[in-house]
Amino acid sequence: MPIELGHFALILAFAIASIAAVGGFAFWRSGERIAQFVSQAAILQFVLIAIAFLALIQAFVVSDFSLALAAKNSNPVIPMLFKISGVWGNHEGSMLLWILILVGFGAMVAAFGKNLPRDLLTLVLAMQALLTASFSGFTIFTSNPFWRLSPAPLQGSDLNPVLQDVGLAIHPPLLYTGYVGFSICFSFAIAALISGRIDGAWARWVRPWAILSWLFLTLGIAMGSYWAYYELGWGGWWFWDPVENASFMPWLAGTALLHSALVMEKRNALKVWTVFLSIITFSLSLLGTFLVRSGILTSVHTFASDPTRGLFILALLALFIGGAFLLFALRVSTLRHGGLFAPVSREGALILNNLFLATATGAVLVGTLYPLLLDALAGVSISVGPPFFNLTFAVLMSPLLIVLPFGPLLAWKRADVVAAAQRLVAAAALAMFLAVLIAALSGATVSMAPIGLLLGFWVAFGAFAELVERGKVGRIPPMDSVRRLAGLPRTTWATAIAHFGVGVTVLGIVATSAWETELVTTLNPGETTSLASYSIAFDSFDPENGPGFTAEVGTFTITDTDGGTRQMQAARRTYQASGLPTTEAAIQTYGFSQLYLQLGEAVNGTHVVRLWHKPYITLIWIGTLFMAFAGALSLTDRRLRVGAPRRKARQVREAVQ
Amino acid sequence: MNWLRALLVMLLCLPAMSALALNPDEILDNPALEARARDISAEIRCLVCQNQSIDDSDADLARDLRLLVRERLVAGDSDDQVRQYLVDRYGEFVLLRPRMEARTILLWGAAPVLLLIGLIILFIAARRRTPATPQSLTGEEKAVLKALQSDKAKQ
Repeated sequence: MPIELGHFALILAFAIASIAAVGGFAFWRSGERIAQFVSQAAILQFVLIAIAFLALIQAFVVSDFSLALAAKNSNPVIPMLFKISGVWGNHEGSMLLWILILVGFGAMVAAFGKNLPRDLLTLVLAMQALLTASFSGFTIFTSNPFWRLSPAPLQGSDLNPVLQDVGLAIHPPLLYTGYVGFSICFSFAIAALISGRIDGAWARWVRPWAILSWLFLTLGIAMGSYWAYYELGWGGWWFWDPVENASFMPWLAGTALLHSALVMEKRNALKVWTVFLSIITFSLSLLGTFLVRSGILTSVHTFASDPTRGLFILALLALFIGGAFLLFALRVSTLRHGGLFAPVSREGALILNNLFLATATGAVLVGTLYPLLLDALAGVSISVGPPFFNLTFAVLMSPLLIVLPFGPLLAWKRADVVAAAQRLVAAAALAMFLAVLIAALSGATVSMAPIGLLLGFWVAFGAFAELVERGKVGRIPPMDSVRRLAGLPRTTWATAIAHFGVGVTVLGIVATSAWETELVTTLNPGETTSLASYSIAFDSFDPENGPGFTAEVGTFTITDTDGGTRQMQAARRTYQASGLPTTEAAIQTYGFSQLYLQLGEAVNGTHVVRLWHKPYITLIWIGTLFMAFAGALSLTDRRLRVGAPRRKARQVREAVQ
Repeated sequence: MNWLRALLVMLLCLPAMSALALNPDEILDNPALEARARDISAEIRCLVCQNQSIDDSDADLARDLRLLVRERLVAGDSDDQVRQYLVDRYGEFVLLRPRMEARTILLWGAAPVLLLIGLIILFIAARRRTPATPQSLTGEEKAVLKALQSDKAKQ
């Protein structure tokens, strides 16, 4: 019964969204009434999709295998967390999660958008409703999660073991929130193009949504990367796989959008570009979700094996992306250019940021799609792998990192680059000193390492130059400085912390690439080996039973140079229901560095052990946490809490009329 | 979407999950050759896996290829000869770093060309935006101005 209720709620949401989309676009000029209608419809869509989603969760929780999806992707013996996360560990369920987040954002706009101009609000919500209608339609007609089985099987066929992990419970919701959040920016862009209303206030409304989506996308990508690192078991943390690129492209474009919207908000310039970026960011999100889902990125041939879904997806992509760009082309001339500025200025620096981020996005896009196009057009298969992306990306990002600390120190309109450079002398000197010191002490195996370190330290220290400057640190009594720093706008702090995070991530990447050490050896219980000043003893090898799987667990004792000991366990699991094996790497964190151990299968009583020491690898993810925290901090800025354009004044004017 | 990738890796490389990527018995005694073998392996694609190098892959085929790379190195091939040997056998697909040639020129050229286009657009936009600097008066105009001023002075 709950399943039918959920199914019905999904269909009803589809119908309401369709009506709201048609009504909203047809009558958006009609003012208050239609705005109220689409707002209520937005909240109703959210309630209905939430009901549908809860119905799915309920079926998975009670292991109701009359639901085909649960029978295929769940099992009574797995822990409760994985029963719930199993709902989105498959195509149909993840589509519903995607739609849930979409309508969630729509409802948030309806709830918090009371001070938006009526026609803009109507158009934004109509666009959201159109997206909801399209993708719930796609779900209902090609990927319906509510199909039932009769007779119901007694046993579910288990959730794929790789997906039975806390990482899966968290990663897709974070990632989807990031992807889908950019739909709000997209809808705002469409609304602005249709209504012709676009100014600094528009950017002010859009920017919080962009920041919110960006921070979730940042967390989602970082989480996915860490999860792949510990779960896939070969110690890599980024593979430039098409699937990863699909999530990285909207992140790059979204990062560019954050910065260009800043220029638009403060200076009413870069309008055309900001609108363009809003469209492109969500288009890349769509491309990310759906091209991955359709299987076309893996191979043209898997795409052809299930053409209904693929063609439906392609049609939707063509409709939204093509439609948006057509509208953009038709209406772009109505956007007038705003404030003037000199090339050397805050605006100029932000444009430079956008130039490099946009180029990087383009390069990743070309690298991802090139093999596909070459195969389709010329019938030649080539691979574009990590070596290509690493090279291209390093070349494009290095100049960006060099100029990054200058940006926040430059004034709007016209700036003095020499003055900015003077304020960065301390950061540069400190970065240089540390880079040379570390390189000299540790003898890098990669010759570019000192330069990478220099860049990382430069960005990390340079991030605080603006705070030092505005807090007059060292020039006035310390307590006064603290008071000044505490009084700075939170966005200033957010900028510094986010840029610091970039530097930290760069340092992590450089350190682990340059100084990683590896050992492949045979090791048996009772034997000891050593790596990077740690000695590793293989204590025992025992069978163990877990929920839904059996395992062979190797226990190791690590002794560090100070004589401290720690235990860690690596395992090989076999899942009962599916018979699938997984390996669980053992990871031990020392400061910011990690020891990573993978245990091979015992052959004739001999174990192969692969061991890595990954210096400062956790900095990669810690840096992203700084970035995400900065995003959250920026959202609490007074400017956003106060919400400048109030509606009161308008109502008074209407009353007077 | 990493989990999706993980799933593909699992499904594609499943038959061989029992083995570890690089096994101790494969490692060459000569550390210089071994280092070269590792560098080459990291850029050779495991053909049965989802975007994994043979250095990372557990698949049997990857092991065969790793052994093949080492065999060629021991036989005295240069790095390029080893790569060419693999390409002759398995096609360009096996290289994770596509070679620069006619059909990949757009791929390698994409980033520089995009950057260049961006710079050109910026340059044009900047020129269009900067208000024209006031030009100094021509000799004729100066004469007229002078005449006007002297007229004014007379009055």
